[in-house]
Amino acid sequence: MEPSKKMEIIPLTRGTMMVFKDQDVVPFRNEVKEYAERIKMGLVNQTKLITAASEMVRNMLKYANGGLTIIEIVSRGPQSGVRVTFKDEGPGIADIPQAMQDGFSTGKSLGLGLPGTKRLVNEFDIKSIPGTGTTITIIKWANG
Amino acid sequence: MERIPILKMGPFLLVTIQIDLYDRLALNLEEDLVKMVEKTASKGVLIDISALSIVDSFMGRILGNIASMSRLLDAQTVVVGMQPAVAITLVELGLPLNGVYTALNMEKGMYLLKSMMDFNGTQQEDGDHSFD
Repeated sequence: MEPSKKMEIIPLTRGTMMVFKDQDVVPFRNEVKEYAERIKMGLVNQTKLITAASEMVRNMLKYANGGLTIIEIVSRGPQSGVRVTFKDEGPGIADIPQAMQDGFSTGKSLGLGLPGTKRLVNEFDIKSIPGTGTTITIIKWANG
Repeated sequence: MERIPILKMGPFLLVTIQIDLYDRLALNLEEDLVKMVEKTASKGVLIDISALSIVDSFMGRILGNIASMSRLLDAQTVVVGMQPAVAITLVELGLPLNGVYTALNMEKGMYLLKSMMDFNGTQQEDGDHSFD
């Protein structure tokens, strides 16, 4: 039996934060850290999660001039984790598979944003409608 | 405006980053450091990041830029004190900071810079160095 695969993800605690300028990045990261500490996530996983969240929030600032972030503690069966959602109303991503390739970028960054971030977390989901916006969700399990 | 202090110590410049940098502060540091290298004709820059719990691609790029810009002005940069969790994360993210010299701590970083100066301009071109 593979319990963890089928079990539902249940949100427990939830906080939201708007990110619109560079100065918001550090307080946002601190908020994510606080949630990770609350479920006693190990230091390496914490660092990966916060770095991933930082990359995503920077993308959102760069391509969509900011947006809404939702930070949650979630549980699935015996595991607990932190889920961070990034919602923007930017230009959207036309070709998601292309955006997920290492080295691809339309901006002037190094292009390791999306694929690099995906490697740092356990779950990565991206939905985008060109002209409407993008929603990215990441989950890091406490011992994932 | 808030700034990160840069200390001059003999032929080297010392920077200890004690707080999580927001972008403007990091960009100021990059500019201040490069100007200071030129003004003081420093041969080396030591950057202590032991207090940084996060180095994302932006901060990684700033460190890389400082190293490249300083090199153009005949100074070597050594980044010291990186936390193990940060090293793990940077490599998985795909940003191994190639071209930036590293050392475990300030003392070893200073030793590395001095040994590079002793070569008198015949340092190796690239690659990471750590003395342990």
